[in-house]
Amino acid sequence: MNELVARLRAGRNVPNADTGPFVDRAAADGLLDVAYATVDSPFGPLLVAVTPTGLVRLAYSDERHDAVLDDLAARLSPRVLEAPARLAGVRRDLDEYFAGHRRGFRIPIDWSLTSGFGRRVLRATSKIPFGGVSTYREIAAAAGSPNGSRAAGNALGNNPIPIVVPCHRVLRTGGGLGGYTGGVDRKERLLHIEGVLL
Amino acid sequence: MSLPPFQRILDAHAPHVQRFLVAAVGRDDADDCFQETFLSALRAYPRLRHRTNLRAWVLTIAHRKAIDSHRARARRATPTGSVPERPTKEVTDRDPALWAAVRALPPMQRDAVLLRYVNDLPHADIGTVLGCSEEAARRNVHEGVKKLRSTDMEEWSA
Repeated sequence: MNELVARLRAGRNVPNADTGPFVDRAAADGLLDVAYATVDSPFGPLLVAVTPTGLVRLAYSDERHDAVLDDLAARLSPRVLEAPARLAGVRRDLDEYFAGHRRGFRIPIDWSLTSGFGRRVLRATSKIPFGGVSTYREIAAAAGSPNGSRAAGNALGNNPIPIVVPCHRVLRTGGGLGGYTGGVDRKERLLHIEGVLL
Repeated sequence: MSLPPFQRILDAHAPHVQRFLVAAVGRDDADDCFQETFLSALRAYPRLRHRTNLRAWVLTIAHRKAIDSHRARARRATPTGSVPERPTKEVTDRDPALWAAVRALPPMQRDAVLLRYVNDLPHADIGTVLGCSEEAARRNVHEGVKKLRSTDMEEWSA
């Protein structure tokens, strides 16, 4: 009697579909608003997210990656897919940077997650070259608010794209390192990679 | 409450959609239907109102794609000369007689049977997917199973 049901139930045993072709078509049809991948780094896995405009988010692993993706879905678009192939270029650049073989990143920045003074601070920061440093005061002035060192520090603390937008190159006026998301040892390590600290 | 990243919908429901489609249309057409299903879902996703029972939502789309695929196949099967149709690889490449009989059912009965036994959906959800009442869903499952039982489908074993 239940033999038929058992035979039908055998239909569950199919291998999972390859989702790659779907993701490729989603991108081709303009439906892939946010593509992300995880990249290994000396700091542990990094979450990297891009839009058709450019790099929009980079998160260390102490930010829960699930929570970061929820935030991107809420603030940018819920059309968020894991698509490592879309991030091949930025992943390669990061690998080379951590290995000490790259001084700059080729991907454009999507500033969508920033606004107002914070965006001006981060834009000014993005112009500090590899091997150079600046101060909170200089960055605040470059962003149009010479007395805004503290606000500049806050904006840098909320940098949605650390490493690539080099907030680690902004130091205290007296020469102290200042703070860094997830610990100042990260800042030291990045400045070490860049030859600023020995 | 905002919508979760679509990747989570894909992770959670892709296996269900795939097993439904392979059973409903065969492995060859399932790949296309799978892509079409999730492309339609992704297209509509930002406008989605009800946030509950997303499994029934994606299976509703898969059910429609399966029907489209059967129609397309029927059109291709009308005499077009001597191009031989590629043989369809059957569900698990086992029990082809069963799956041929399943696919010969009227679409509502076919999909009701599959949603019940391949996807383990409760009758209320089957109704949601097929766009009918829970009672009608139950009837479709029943009628489909009855037809399959009356069909001679020797189990294939090798």
